[in-house]
Amino acid sequence: MLGAGGGTSSYEEAEDADVIVLWGSNARAAHPIFFHHLLRGVRRGATLLVVDPRRSESAQFADRWLGIDVGSDIMLANAVARVIIDEGLHDEEFIDAATSGFATFAESVQPFTLDRAEAVTGVPGAEIRHLARTYATAHTAQLCWTLGITEHANATDNVLALINLALLTGHVGRYGSGLVPIRGQNNVQGGGDMGALPNKLPGFQDVADPAVRARFESVWGAPIPPRPGLHLSQMFEAMAEGDLRALHVIGENPAQSEADGRRARRLLEGLEFLVCQDLFLTRTAEMADVVLPAAADWCEAEGTVTSSERRVQRVRKALDPPSGARTDLEIIAGLAYRLGRDWGAPTAEATWDECRSLSPMHGGMSYRRLEAESGLQWPCPDEDHPGTRFLHGRLWDRPITGPPAPFTPVEWVPPVDPLSDEFPLRMTTGRHLDGYNTGAQSGRFDPPTRIGGTLDLSPEDAADLGVATDDTVVVTSRRGSITAAARVVDHLRQGLVFMPIHYPGADVNTLTADAWDPKSGTAEFKATAVRVEAAGNG
Amino acid sequence: MVEITLPPDRPSPGELTVVRSVLGPPDSPWRGGARSGPATRVAVGLGPHRPRRRSLLLPTLVALQEAIGWISRGAIRAVAEHLEVPPAEVWGVATFYGLLDMAAPTGDVVHVCTDIVCRDGARRIAELRAEGVDARESPCLGQCDRGSGELRTRPWSTPAGATTVGGTLRLLADREPFSGLVAALGHEPSQVIDVVEASGLQGRGGAAFPVGVKWRAAAAGRPGRFIVCNADESEPGTFKDRLLLAEHSRSVVEGMTIAGYAVGATQGFAYIRGEYPEAREAFVQAIGEARELGHLGSSINGTDFEFDIEVRSGAGAYICGEETALLNSIEGHRGEPRSKPPFPTEVGLFGRPTVINNVETLANIPRILTEGAAAFRSDGTSESPGTKLFSVSGDVAAPGVYELPLGTPLGDLLSLAGAPEPRAVLVGGAAGSFVTDLDLALSYEGARAAGISLGSGSIIAFGPSVDLMDVCRRMASFFAHESCGQCIPCRVGTVRQAEALAEPGWGPDRLAVLSDIDRAMTDASICGLGQTAASAIRSAIRLGLIGGS
Repeated sequence: MLGAGGGTSSYEEAEDADVIVLWGSNARAAHPIFFHHLLRGVRRGATLLVVDPRRSESAQFADRWLGIDVGSDIMLANAVARVIIDEGLHDEEFIDAATSGFATFAESVQPFTLDRAEAVTGVPGAEIRHLARTYATAHTAQLCWTLGITEHANATDNVLALINLALLTGHVGRYGSGLVPIRGQNNVQGGGDMGALPNKLPGFQDVADPAVRARFESVWGAPIPPRPGLHLSQMFEAMAEGDLRALHVIGENPAQSEADGRRARRLLEGLEFLVCQDLFLTRTAEMADVVLPAAADWCEAEGTVTSSERRVQRVRKALDPPSGARTDLEIIAGLAYRLGRDWGAPTAEATWDECRSLSPMHGGMSYRRLEAESGLQWPCPDEDHPGTRFLHGRLWDRPITGPPAPFTPVEWVPPVDPLSDEFPLRMTTGRHLDGYNTGAQSGRFDPPTRIGGTLDLSPEDAADLGVATDDTVVVTSRRGSITAAARVVDHLRQGLVFMPIHYPGADVNTLTADAWDPKSGTAEFKATAVRVEAAGNG
Repeated sequence: MVEITLPPDRPSPGELTVVRSVLGPPDSPWRGGARSGPATRVAVGLGPHRPRRRSLLLPTLVALQEAIGWISRGAIRAVAEHLEVPPAEVWGVATFYGLLDMAAPTGDVVHVCTDIVCRDGARRIAELRAEGVDARESPCLGQCDRGSGELRTRPWSTPAGATTVGGTLRLLADREPFSGLVAALGHEPSQVIDVVEASGLQGRGGAAFPVGVKWRAAAAGRPGRFIVCNADESEPGTFKDRLLLAEHSRSVVEGMTIAGYAVGATQGFAYIRGEYPEAREAFVQAIGEARELGHLGSSINGTDFEFDIEVRSGAGAYICGEETALLNSIEGHRGEPRSKPPFPTEVGLFGRPTVINNVETLANIPRILTEGAAAFRSDGTSESPGTKLFSVSGDVAAPGVYELPLGTPLGDLLSLAGAPEPRAVLVGGAAGSFVTDLDLALSYEGARAAGISLGSGSIIAFGPSVDLMDVCRRMASFFAHESCGQCIPCRVGTVRQAEALAEPGWGPDRLAVLSDIDRAMTDASICGLGQTAASAIRSAIRLGLIGGS
């Protein structure tokens, strides 16, 4: 956030905050570890506000839930900003001292009146005002979000709209106040840390910076191409153009996880060469020319992971991998050897030490310290540095150190896939507590809580369509059609349906649109126009 | 706030009516209301009202039991939805209480006491069953003076009958209603505590804790304090609170109000055991009268003091007489005791400083305020001032409630009730001890010297023909049935004790097992139930009443 590639706050701050806003996040199901920190805050008296089209499991814990229309987040955020400014609840001292572009921003939110916001978001104006006042007047507030914000074609603008709110109220850079994009899985943050981004080297260092490249080149002993690589959505475009003809997939399952799945599979099939490195024979691995069986890094290899609070933690090997499987490090070193580079047999610690010699934010995180101090939060530049509990404290120095944090005016646009008479229902997607991504791992056991890949719909829509729970329905979008069992639920309102993403038998990404955000490369998984019909009964 | 997954079962229209009669009409589609309009876009939590709202859980379940006769899954769904409590927790609470049925009864339900006094209950059950009644064994129903306790559920009632009263009538004497409150309001609240402290009144529920000390501790706590009347009298052989509630409710209401004034509370709760429907009715009536006369509610007796009382009904759980279990029960949780400290005077009902006193304790307050501490001290001993109510039952000519100065010899009490030479006397109920020495002084210090406890004043006499091993087995089964199951020493110990007593034969091995169980339960249980579950049996062994050849 604000130039740093991670959330600003520590988990413990959610336990101590006065107000927690969960926006486009069902952390109860999708981020249970974070949610238990959040719940401690709630039990200590924090006010929890949830913004979500569904009255999700998380929303049920809220003091107030606002059920917005899918894709109307910027409309809501800008309306909140307008209320805060109109009522004089913004932090003028902070804005003057630590931000830039306020006047333009204030101007930009003037058209976002409560009446207009109510019409577009569906949330009563009084509730929008309540959200604005509660957030702005809180002593400390955590603004948390996940894929409900980022899996949209305007994902980056969505995030900027939320950052604007934090800058307006000074809810960033202080203990208890921060911006918290909760990361999925245990190591999404770590992937970014290590430079698994098209334009970054480890430590979020810019690949376009010749000085940065020079340091890496001197240690790596090889030139680094100065131009950024492709992100996932661009890779599929390049496949369509015929520019990208070979793919090495590590621990991903794009044949199932990509939006508009039929197109994705067609493009993968058209590759000249596909290598898949995975624990399981996923749908993507089934299509591969070569499958490299990998060890499970969380228990069959040494290493580290980085959590959402930027905490690097040690992972220890507990088991030998099954015969034939190798750790990712061994596979990559082996690949290098076959390509003509002998790296020997690097240990995880030696690899990490090389990384910390190149990535300043990780510099002080020796294995010894990570073990002794139960992990460390970056930035941690040297061995004497205690790590960093929250980011952007500099914005509270007077005068501030470094550049001011900029407001960025953003405009609301409706979802790419419009509702119509033919596709009258808005489908959104999400996660179950007992499911994990495409189900490659979580589909291998059968927990008693499992609901499965149902099409969830409101009692009103169910009545209109003449379907009941467990009836088979056909769900059709502009891209394809699948069948699923219906589940009638109270927490959805008329016009809104939901499908989880974890179940190959209900391949939801056959339906989703691959319109993606040009800035983040994330596709619009959350807003698909569909129609639902009862199957096989006329 | 909590995540709730509702079961598919739906309530019947009748069940829904009962639920809404207690909880009011739903205020949101997310709490059982209609789904329409902007309300489907917003869910507003209960916020700070949530704990008070949840405390309506048990009253709703009791209302369902009384009106419908049992609690169906559909009813559980309705309660869960209206209160925003997970259905599993509603289920957990409902199944905690003996008087709540989780299956439709086969006919009219009658609970019949088969406890240590009403030992002939099995025959009555057979009789009733022959008539097609769904008759069930029950622990003590507090009708020991009748020797055959019964509780009917349609309507919720017990057989009519007068209770014999005798002794030195002070508390049980007629008095000018609410004169104690008038006297109290003439003092500063701290002076009221001074008077109570000077009287030396000790808690009459069994622990004999100095009442003034308790009040002073609560008065020093943070505001938002509560007064709770513990009317969950459930100790086998005890029925004096039933009498007080039925015939002296005004004194109890008055005592609670004075306590509220003294400690700075505006709200009281009276938790009355579910087995006493008539007593509850009398108490509710007394509250209504007090309100009408301006002795309860806002601006009491024309002052700016404000206090009111809510009545809560128990539903058949001995453990809820334990003060912290009672608080949990009021709050709508399972009636499991809390760890102490913190004590209720610091963290009590809804986490607030709370005075919790027994019915008899509170009933004594008004006369202390009108007559003064010295008059109260003119009865009893210097260490145990005042009179005490004793519930006398068993093999006596005139079972009933006897009021006597503390310190009176046990023999005198038994002579009064018509049992001059029993084989053994159980003092303090199932949690008490057998006594054979009739010179025992019935005072707190006298009991302590004899290594026993007076408890709540239950006195059960056993004649020569009584099989005391049978009595001990009934007590052991009682504790196994009533253990809340929260802590292992009690949950396992009470069952093992019952099993050990049930086995035929007797010998050193058995004694060793019982002694081990005794030590584990007494030392390691969370609350008084487990800590005293071996007491009576231990005394029976020591006195040679059981286990002989």
